[in-house]
Amino acid sequence: MPDASRPTFGDLQIEMAHGAGGSASRRLLEGLLVPLLSNPALNALGDSAILDVNGQRLAFTCDSFVVKPLTFPGGSIGRLAVHGTLNDLLVSGALPVALLASFILEAGFPGEALRRHVEALAEAARGAGVPVVGGDTKVVENGKGDGLYITTSGIGIVRPGLRLGPDQVRPGDRVLLSGPFGDHGITILLARGEVDLEADLESDSRPLTPLVSALLEAVPEVRWMRDPTRGGLASALNELSQQSSLAVILEEKALPVRAPVRGACELLGLDPLQIANEGQFLAVVPPQQAELALDALRGAPGGEEAAMIGEIRESPAGLVIAETDYGGSRIVDMLIGDPLPRIC
Amino acid sequence: MCLAIPGRIVLPPSEHFAEVEVSGVRRQINIDLIAHEGAAVGDWVLIHVGFALNKISPEEARKQIELLTLLGEAAEVEREVSGYGFSSGKGNDQA
Amino acid sequence: MKYVDEFRDSRLIRKAALELQRLSSPDRHYRIMEVCGGHTHAIYRYGLHRLLPENVELIHGPGCPVCVLPMGRVDDGLSIAADPRVILTAFGDMMRVPGERGSALEQRARGADIRMVYSPLDALQLARRNPDREVVFFAIGFETTTPSTALTLMQARREEIPNFSVFCNHIVIVPALLAILDSPDMRVDAFIGPGHVSTVIGCEPYQFIAADFHRPVVVSGFEPLDLMQAMVMALGQLNRGEARVENQYGRVVPWAGNPAALQVMDEVFELREFFEWRGLGSIPHSAMRIRSEFAAWDAERKFEVAGLQVTDPKAAQCGEVLRGVLKPHQCRLFGKECTPEQPMGALMVSAEGACAAHYHYSHRMASR
Repeated sequence: MPDASRPTFGDLQIEMAHGAGGSASRRLLEGLLVPLLSNPALNALGDSAILDVNGQRLAFTCDSFVVKPLTFPGGSIGRLAVHGTLNDLLVSGALPVALLASFILEAGFPGEALRRHVEALAEAARGAGVPVVGGDTKVVENGKGDGLYITTSGIGIVRPGLRLGPDQVRPGDRVLLSGPFGDHGITILLARGEVDLEADLESDSRPLTPLVSALLEAVPEVRWMRDPTRGGLASALNELSQQSSLAVILEEKALPVRAPVRGACELLGLDPLQIANEGQFLAVVPPQQAELALDALRGAPGGEEAAMIGEIRESPAGLVIAETDYGGSRIVDMLIGDPLPRIC
Repeated sequence: MCLAIPGRIVLPPSEHFAEVEVSGVRRQINIDLIAHEGAAVGDWVLIHVGFALNKISPEEARKQIELLTLLGEAAEVEREVSGYGFSSGKGNDQA
Repeated sequence: MKYVDEFRDSRLIRKAALELQRLSSPDRHYRIMEVCGGHTHAIYRYGLHRLLPENVELIHGPGCPVCVLPMGRVDDGLSIAADPRVILTAFGDMMRVPGERGSALEQRARGADIRMVYSPLDALQLARRNPDREVVFFAIGFETTTPSTALTLMQARREEIPNFSVFCNHIVIVPALLAILDSPDMRVDAFIGPGHVSTVIGCEPYQFIAADFHRPVVVSGFEPLDLMQAMVMALGQLNRGEARVENQYGRVVPWAGNPAALQVMDEVFELREFFEWRGLGSIPHSAMRIRSEFAAWDAERKFEVAGLQVTDPKAAQCGEVLRGVLKPHQCRLFGKECTPEQPMGALMVSAEGACAAHYHYSHRMASR
């Protein structure tokens, strides 16, 4: 993996920004955690770690959920916890096998509320056809936690013959997106009630199983997939451009954004490209198969709004650029700071 | 902080507040700064930090787009573009 | 989005770009200053600087109220948050501006109660809901924002809300323009005037630039088409040797300004004798202070504010960039010691800062 831009971690203290999924998160991960833990599977930094176990490739991943509020339009922490880890397995080309769920509970958290959250988690797991086979529970003193935090781990079997990764991507490849972006982050922001905005919007949290399957059936030569959660499309695509040393060029006009997401972002001065998603994924496919891939996504349930949003070029390497059709262009930067904390 | 966005008044305003909609997002804003112009459902206003700063003139907007569409198509248009002021609207530059 | 999308029409933008090419005379170099930080941001955000002819140069002005706030004032405001009774509120833009002891966000990470608000009315609501806490609003902005703070203070007084106050840093645009025009290293041919400030103060206040300094001023909107059209208008005037104030943003800007806004500003605020501006030094009658009739809601009177003079890091060239003498990438710290992640000054953190705009949207690309 090219490391010309390997960040270093010298931060004096942890800030909210380190959890935002943007450049500070990357610095924490690649500047502190990866160098200290270093091994080939980790260093690849995919959405899941790919392990070779007796000739079988397994995908192994985990995700923590600290979202606030715990319940919001379109979902809850339990639902996010299942779908988030599931999707990480799916976009790594794996068929999910099982999940583990670990709960950190704050003393004083109402039993009835916990029941509802576990019910939601169970229902999401049932709906996705993946069992929660174990986990852990811990309790911390009142005031030392924030109600409920959930961590889910997942394991899956990578489909044979699939080769995914930034090293597979080539200039000329096309970038696809499964549907409108920014819904989750804006929904959470509005649900917090701090900005006094109302909109008909809900989190897009869902299992990506039918969409990923449809894509891989039609185009097994998919080069790379990613689910853009914290930090949004901007983070995911910047990581791709840096890891592959290529350029990602987006077409502004082709980016699918729902009207209320756009409105909220315009009002608050936010960039939808940097807003978290919980039910969308990006895929890079060879140009000759791009139309086929798009049709496959659009034909799958929930994929009707899939779009071709850009392409890969040789240069400017390591950057993500958005082009308008009047000849203007700008860099799409990775998120700096943390405008929307505790979003996932 | 010059961020100001056009929004439409969607409910009958009260004395000091109006509900506006910006691309499907709704918010209560204060209309004291445009009270002298009158505020009604359907009016478009410029919104800044929770206040309506001014009303938007649909006529001026239309004229402007028309002018831009004609840009470069005739010498007289060039003169008009450089010397124009909205003589019957909000702005006037006859200096 | 109505009144937005029409002014982002690609076909019309391309037309305007062609017109600009046609108008630009090859034997001339045009230097146009866009005063307002919001314009700087829009120009980079929409890639408009790539549509300009080679001989049209944009110079970024100091119209970014966060950028021109001296570090000492940032520290003064943040020091109020050290009081455990206080909830300090501010616009999102203020949260990462570096003070001597860290930014608002860094202090919040260490336990200070500092919250982002979208409107001063949100801060007032916080005061109503938390009667046992002192809510302070860190007010910044040019005349665009001042009337909103004024109305909020009037409401606070009307309701006799005892636990709300404002730390006022509102500034006035015209003295800054005068400082630029008077500056010996300034060479600007024409100005793109601040669109939203003008919705409040109108276009009349810029007449002195045309009359006394013989430079055109075109008050512009913020969409790509607005800015392109304003530049067409400015070039037109320059080619004809004219110097007038023109209103490109007629759909929103009234020539005479907004009388209600001017009136409430006058009722609540008065001009300070002097105010320190980063990069421009001390400018007389350039900032607002809360009148004594509203003293009970003035954070500077309510709290012990040190009033420290803090000098910027020596190597940082914020002042020169603010005056338009240097382009952002010409500052010796740009992109190296000073990045959006570790900003040395507000120009690299504010959404309207020239350095931030250049860094985020442009500088790592090959050309311009």
